[in-house]
Amino acid sequence: MNFEHSEDRRMLADTLDRFVAEQYGFETRNAIAYGDVGMAPALWNQFAELGAIGALFPEADGGFGGAGFDVAVVFESLGRGLVVEPFLGALMVGRALVAAGTQAQKERIASLIDGSAIAALAHDEPGSHYELSRVATRALRNDGGWKLSGAKAVVVQGEHAQLLLVSARTGGEVDSEDGISLFLVPADAAGVVLRGMGRMDGGRVAEVTLNDVQVGADALLGAEGQGFATLELAQAWGLLALCAEALGAMEVAKRDTLEYLQTRKQFGVVIGSFQALQHRMADLLLEIEQSRSAVINAAAAMDADRSTRERALSAAKYTIGRIGTLVSEESIQMHGGIGMTWELPLSHYAKRLVMIDHQLGDEDHHLARFMALGQGA
Amino acid sequence: MDLQFTPQEEAFRAEVQTFLKEKLPANIAKKVKAGQRLTKEDQAQWHAILNERGWYANHWPKEHGGPGWGAVEKFIFDTECALAGGPRIVPFGVNMLGPVLIKYGSEAHKNYWLPRILSGEDWWCQGYSEPGAGSDLASVKTTAVRDGDHYIVNGQKTWTTQGQHANMIFCLVRTNREVKAQAGISFLLIDMNSPGVELRPIRTLDGDHEVNEVFFTDVKVPVENLVGEENKGWTYAKYLLTYERTGIAGVGFCISALAKLQVIAAKVYKNGKPLNQDPLFAARMAKVEIDLENMKTTNLRVIAAVAGGGVPGAESSMLKIRGTEIRQEILSLIRRAMGPYALPFTDEAQYAGYAEAPVGPAEAATAAANYFNYRKLSIFGGSNEIQKNIISKMILGL
Repeated sequence: MNFEHSEDRRMLADTLDRFVAEQYGFETRNAIAYGDVGMAPALWNQFAELGAIGALFPEADGGFGGAGFDVAVVFESLGRGLVVEPFLGALMVGRALVAAGTQAQKERIASLIDGSAIAALAHDEPGSHYELSRVATRALRNDGGWKLSGAKAVVVQGEHAQLLLVSARTGGEVDSEDGISLFLVPADAAGVVLRGMGRMDGGRVAEVTLNDVQVGADALLGAEGQGFATLELAQAWGLLALCAEALGAMEVAKRDTLEYLQTRKQFGVVIGSFQALQHRMADLLLEIEQSRSAVINAAAAMDADRSTRERALSAAKYTIGRIGTLVSEESIQMHGGIGMTWELPLSHYAKRLVMIDHQLGDEDHHLARFMALGQGA
Repeated sequence: MDLQFTPQEEAFRAEVQTFLKEKLPANIAKKVKAGQRLTKEDQAQWHAILNERGWYANHWPKEHGGPGWGAVEKFIFDTECALAGGPRIVPFGVNMLGPVLIKYGSEAHKNYWLPRILSGEDWWCQGYSEPGAGSDLASVKTTAVRDGDHYIVNGQKTWTTQGQHANMIFCLVRTNREVKAQAGISFLLIDMNSPGVELRPIRTLDGDHEVNEVFFTDVKVPVENLVGEENKGWTYAKYLLTYERTGIAGVGFCISALAKLQVIAAKVYKNGKPLNQDPLFAARMAKVEIDLENMKTTNLRVIAAVAGGGVPGAESSMLKIRGTEIRQEILSLIRRAMGPYALPFTDEAQYAGYAEAPVGPAEAATAAANYFNYRKLSIFGGSNEIQKNIISKMILGL
């Protein structure tokens, strides 16, 4: 047993932390996150040069990491800095390519790793509400390949993506795992309509409409109708990443709140001398340590069989959803009025922690999924 | 990062499992798993079996008869014992007093008392709490006044677990009333059969007799029964309270209780369906299962830190809080699973050998009593609120 990260991973985390502190400080971050673009292409390229994207991929696919703990280390660091760059899309689309891509399709991974291409997963739909198998978007085979039509909801950084990974139904009922196919769609293809908007916690999303979008036969990723397993694997990497990101954000929220308890005075004493607050802070510490354990369990399970892996991931996302919201609410409460303000960095961490619960399935969704997986689903 | 146990550790686990399969008496394991009360003989028998193998005093160093285990071996042993239905080792002599004597006792103390703990010749209980000194332990009022070769002890101890079985008690007594509370306390070993010692049972809400009050009226105690120096007892008491707490989460007990709950939830029916298919009940079970998976890893992280040379300080407070919360939640769910059959209570049915036919599910006889009995978990050993004070001071610096 050893719960220390390897030397390489510690160095990667240190490098990223330093870069974020120097180049992605709070003022800069907020200017990027709440600006019209919602990301910083120049900094994105620098992240790529530092190897932050390459660390998410195995060596065989041009990266230099790709294990669960590599992904966790990178995203924990991104969480500490509230980085809004399109890492999640690169990870999820890239890992889908790794899992199911043809040789020609896999060649795109290099452009993700060097930052020259941005990718986004366009899967959720207006009525799917986290349910992975619910896909109403249709793909019809024709002479030229495939024609796609439907609507995709809240595609993270969708406006900036050159490459969209789109799920569409080629068979089966609307909520069937069978009959889902995955397509690599150029964002500039005719019929792709994006409506971009800002996000509560910074960064941007887009609603994507597909109006008879024609793609070639080579756009199909994996076998027709058999895309669910790849989609689930892409989601698995995304879940791990979000959990680790939340852990990084929780650590900062804890640090800031503790510092506030140690300095803010009322009734002539620091408020951290009040037992009512001490016990709440002790609870937060305990819960955050449980979150760390959940992330460790999830990262370690990435190589396990499907059922073990998915159960550990749902356990982690449930844990993170519950505790992330708790940390957010308690941090704001213990800060009092100042915790309600835009100017305080903590408030942006609090927002991110709650919003993570709205990505790839919330606390309730993953508790139910954990139970279903336990009963052999 | 590596969550696996080493091949040597797995071999050790197999060795423990084989030992338990061969040596743990089936009738005792059955009682433990059924949540039935154990007799003194059950416990003494298990201690003797462990001692014969050299595993009873498993926290002690080798030169005093311990196996020389590290934190990982202890964790594996505790977990496997709990899973097999091994009784909790009665901790007062072997896990509490033993380490204090080894660290602070005289050679004479060690030579005399340690072998008697191992052999079971002495059965120890703990004289810490008093009616006015619970969480505020340093305010103990029981006095010991030096009179020639003896101390004369007067006062009262309470919550003395299994005092009715004990022939010896280790006590915190006040030897100096002039100084600050912590500075005037001494650590004294007292023979329960001395004239002036009187034990009265306390009946707990589940009807059980586990704890007692102990009254001391002009009890003569030889001065050689003082451990360490006079008025330094608080140091020894604190050492005892913080000694080796990496097992405090009770992971093995939690896992085995959860397994019991899952069996119950598969066979108790509500409106034609097993409880594990009732969405609300199943959700409660899933939550506690996830909490336990997380805590297991937290516990292993603390153990790995200790094995790497660290000291489990306030981290053990986190393990105590979350471990007891989880175990209490599981016991609460077992009680809920009984439905209306949690209501009937028969004291005799708390023991093995009760001949009458059970009413309701087999587990119903003990479910509510166990639930109430184990409310103690978050109170004893430093209440969970005291643990939060410790975290707040030691880790958070508040």
